[in-house]
Amino acid sequence: MLKNRIIPCLDVKNGRVVKGINFVDLKDAGDPVEQAKIYSDGGADEICFLDITASNENRDTIYDVVKETSKKCFVPLTVGGGVRSVDDINKLLNSGADKVSINTAAVQNPSVVEESSKKFGSQCIVVAIDAKKNGDGWEIFTHGGRKETGINAIEFALKMEKSGAGELLVTSMDKDGTQSGYDIELMKTISESVNIPVIASGGVGTLDHLVDGIKSGASAVLAASIFHYGTYSVNEAKQYLASKDIPVRI
Amino acid sequence: MNVTIVDYNSGNISSVINSFTEVAKGKVNLEVTSDLNKIKSSDKVVLPGQGSFKSCIDALNSINGLTDILSEFVMIDKKPLFGICVGLQMFADVGYEETETKGLGWLPGKVSKIDNKNGKYKLPHIGWNQINIVKDSKIFKDVENNSHMYFVHSYEFIPEDKDVISAITDYSSNIVCSVEKENIFGTQFHPEKSDKVGLKIINNFINL
Repeated sequence: MLKNRIIPCLDVKNGRVVKGINFVDLKDAGDPVEQAKIYSDGGADEICFLDITASNENRDTIYDVVKETSKKCFVPLTVGGGVRSVDDINKLLNSGADKVSINTAAVQNPSVVEESSKKFGSQCIVVAIDAKKNGDGWEIFTHGGRKETGINAIEFALKMEKSGAGELLVTSMDKDGTQSGYDIELMKTISESVNIPVIASGGVGTLDHLVDGIKSGASAVLAASIFHYGTYSVNEAKQYLASKDIPVRI
Repeated sequence: MNVTIVDYNSGNISSVINSFTEVAKGKVNLEVTSDLNKIKSSDKVVLPGQGSFKSCIDALNSINGLTDILSEFVMIDKKPLFGICVGLQMFADVGYEETETKGLGWLPGKVSKIDNKNGKYKLPHIGWNQINIVKDSKIFKDVENNSHMYFVHSYEFIPEDKDVISAITDYSSNIVCSVEKENIFGTQFHPEKSDKVGLKIINNFINL
């Protein structure tokens, strides 16, 4: 039976690990290579690096981080943040990333998703959707949540599936950094709309939130601060999910 | 001993290179190349593959003489070859991803899309699934039955001769996830991304 994945995410800035609260107020704390290794040894099903300020700054440091990490971690590594072109994707994959997540570029230039999934395969193309509640639906935001687009999140998810995305990483902008749980309605609506796996993100504060995320229909749950600040270990999270009859790899 | 990873522009092979490098350290000489002579004289070959069946076959064919050298290595010289993901799928006669494409024809059979049971199962099949070992395979030495392996694929290999199947996994139906026939080995899952147990499989192949 296919297991639900737990994916710890590390926010990386200038080659160092940080975690933002609502995408601002960054705190520095650690070496991403060592952190990733701790996670993979602890049973993480995948590791995710998000190069958070990459849209604005020099991002070459991330290639070295990915290179070093991929020599030590033998679980899948997803890297996102500031990925603008097929060439950026190529460079990250060549550095050792297994998947690349695309956010702003997927909105501004959907052909990047189409071209890259054709060139490298859908299995390595993750489209990251940052969505915020707007009336009855959700609207997507780009540039690390700073720019509104007026685009409906569900319509965009369907379009990305069609363009060749292998997975969708869905983050609720309303919930991110609040530790009050995923936006369950958003996860459920997107999971039911598409036939590709959905990774739920944004808002985890307790282990029950991870349970709720999986029950909403997501194939995987992503969390940053609960693992990063040591509130829970990945193994504790897995044991808890297993105790709630959620299939995980232990 | 020389182990060669075939580099034929099949997409992202850095994880395959990293994992084999880790395991091969101090044991064997590892090459990553598309050089025909090096492949021919190698003791073992690893054939990775990412992207579509068609794109991988096209990439193999775009290197003049490569498929002939590989077929000779496997079918005449009978030296060990390990296909990973689409690398395994290409053993088949034919694949149906994008369009009907002729495979290497080393193991009779076809590669078709996994039946998603009208959307009940998400595709790609991504994540950790347990393997059910159905016959002894040299690459599963000291690998426990029901071990978790990392999968990411939407197509499955359906061999005509069921005796080549060494493990299956349950996703929508029983999917062939590993084959062994004499000197031919292949896994649909990614040992290079399956943590310690995956590295063990790579080690078993290197130690054959």
